[in-house]
Amino acid sequence: MNERLTRRQVIERAAAGGAAIAFPGLLAACGGTATKAGGSTTTAQRKLAKTLHFSNWTLYIDKKGNKHPSLDQFQKKTGVHVAYTEDINDNPSFFSKIQPALQSGQSTGRDLIVMTDNSRYPSLLISKGWLEKIDKSAMPNFKNLIPQQRHPNWDPNRDYSLPWQSGMTGIGWNEKLTGPVTSMGQLLGDKKLKGKVALLTEFADTLVLVMAANGDDPGHITDKTFNKAISTIKKAVDSGQIRQFYGNDYSGALAKGDLVATMAWSGDIVQLQADNPHLKWNLPDTGGDIWTDNMLIPKGGNVFTASTYMNFVYDPKIAAEIEDYVNYICPVLGAKAVLLKEDPSIAKNTLIFPTKEMLDNVHTIDPTALNNEKYQTTWQNLISA
Amino acid sequence: MGFFHRHRGLTPYLLLAPGMLWLTFFFLVPLGFLAYQSLQSGSIDFGYSFTWAWSNYGDAIRNYRGQFERSFLYAGIATVLALVISYPVAYWIAFRGGRWKNLLLLFIVAPFFVTYLIRTLAWQTILSDNGLVVRTLDQLHLLGLLGTNGRILSTGTAVVAGITYNFLPFMALPLYVSLEQIDPRLIEAAEDLYASRPKAFLRVTLPLSMPGVVAGTLLTFIPAAGDFINAQLLGSPTNHMIGNVIESKYKELLDYPAAAAMSFVLMAVILLMVLAYARAVGTEKLTG
Repeated sequence: MNERLTRRQVIERAAAGGAAIAFPGLLAACGGTATKAGGSTTTAQRKLAKTLHFSNWTLYIDKKGNKHPSLDQFQKKTGVHVAYTEDINDNPSFFSKIQPALQSGQSTGRDLIVMTDNSRYPSLLISKGWLEKIDKSAMPNFKNLIPQQRHPNWDPNRDYSLPWQSGMTGIGWNEKLTGPVTSMGQLLGDKKLKGKVALLTEFADTLVLVMAANGDDPGHITDKTFNKAISTIKKAVDSGQIRQFYGNDYSGALAKGDLVATMAWSGDIVQLQADNPHLKWNLPDTGGDIWTDNMLIPKGGNVFTASTYMNFVYDPKIAAEIEDYVNYICPVLGAKAVLLKEDPSIAKNTLIFPTKEMLDNVHTIDPTALNNEKYQTTWQNLISA
Repeated sequence: MGFFHRHRGLTPYLLLAPGMLWLTFFFLVPLGFLAYQSLQSGSIDFGYSFTWAWSNYGDAIRNYRGQFERSFLYAGIATVLALVISYPVAYWIAFRGGRWKNLLLLFIVAPFFVTYLIRTLAWQTILSDNGLVVRTLDQLHLLGLLGTNGRILSTGTAVVAGITYNFLPFMALPLYVSLEQIDPRLIEAAEDLYASRPKAFLRVTLPLSMPGVVAGTLLTFIPAAGDFINAQLLGSPTNHMIGNVIESKYKELLDYPAAAAMSFVLMAVILLMVLAYARAVGTEKLTG
């Protein structure tokens, strides 16, 4: 049952992790400020479609040979065939793929998609009125959503979204090449690491970690704290400390030794460790970042069928089955109990089921900063000078 | 037969039609749309509208001049390198290849059986900090000259090397074609008239191969100037080219007008450079 990933899979999966972004209120008490833009609720047709068109990231669901056992079980139970496509590699590309159809009011041909809340896109999709509301009446298992995930600031009542998996952003290092790298100050300033360090191209990931290290609150970004973070990073770039900004592709450089330490996603490291036990990962002392990939129903998708499927994956047994393969952070209550019996090494891995202490030490980004054009432009100019 | 016989004058147009339709729908129409988009203003949240926003062009040039210049510099160096590397190879295959010609040509094209992205990723391994290339350069004391901070990967050198490699066949094949067409008897005639070997090359072979040189440099330089994969995978943030900026404007910032304006500026500069080049070497060189 405990299938180890191959290198190829690791690289592909790393691409998926690359998506990352930030998040929902694991900590946040619901702010209730999000606008309910353009959400005309269509009365859901309470009839299952023949086929559910589901777009997801690569290697992000259980797999046995060419089959996805959980999808087969869903078909057995409901008669709905899931047309499962792994066509999401990063949030911006996927958004530009579906944007033209949504813009012109056409269906994207998809009933269910998965996007990261640490990017601007989920809240943009809501404010544009490009998402359908989920049908909670078809989802008795909605109660299994872990409490920390119930009220994200960009969708305070989970009207449009349900978490698929989460992940944390911290620092990964190769213990054969360096001692522990436990703070952002060390990553950005230690001369011994010069030219062997990378940050992430994702705005939210890097900004949250740097701001937390600067002693500023990443959950409430002002021009002053933003500029301070940018100049901290710029100094490290100019001094040659930072070799590169990576998206999903840092894992290869870390494995080869071109990078000694880098900002990294928890799930990637779990998988890389299978091949290279010398890779270590930790949240920086001043705190890391947490992000969640969310299931969303794009306008024109079949709400009832998609909601029925969401309900299905929130059954702890099914969630455990998926988690055992995916190895990111599972948002379903009860999945851990199932895994403790079936695959205890997964259930006990704190990168997959983080401790409360870890969850207390992760931040989430100020959602308004994600849609601030000025910040985004400054950021892009910094990472591609 | 009756129709074509009666309308013989139409035949050239009918033959042109598929190509023209293709160009219209897949080049001119998108180009027009891009031009329209480049003059819009607004934001993704509130929508873009057409406002004759010429400032997009000014901003593109003002803010990203460094990346424009770097693109042409890298593409220029890569083109020269590709020419210097390919010419002797193409020459040797054309005149000395004998019955192995086709096989040797296949070797030049062979890397193209592998996708562009994979070929570029392979260079990450080749130029890796702990790899053979870097260690050898280090022992030859060339690392300081070619690299930065004791490495090749994530430097401008790696970007130029990647571009040169990726576009090499575009240079080598036209060179081969033009060299292969040269009648060896012309060179023999030059030697009969007491031209030395180098002189025969300079006065006969080189001028006759110019169509290949011109075609090869254009086929290499134009796509190289707009390339972003090499800079992204082999460069560091300070080596990014204009293609990287356009990509990030389009994909990350969703700033479609700025991306469109930059694409037009890039196109215009390339067009001007090609025109100047064609004028300098003469267009008949291109068509032979």
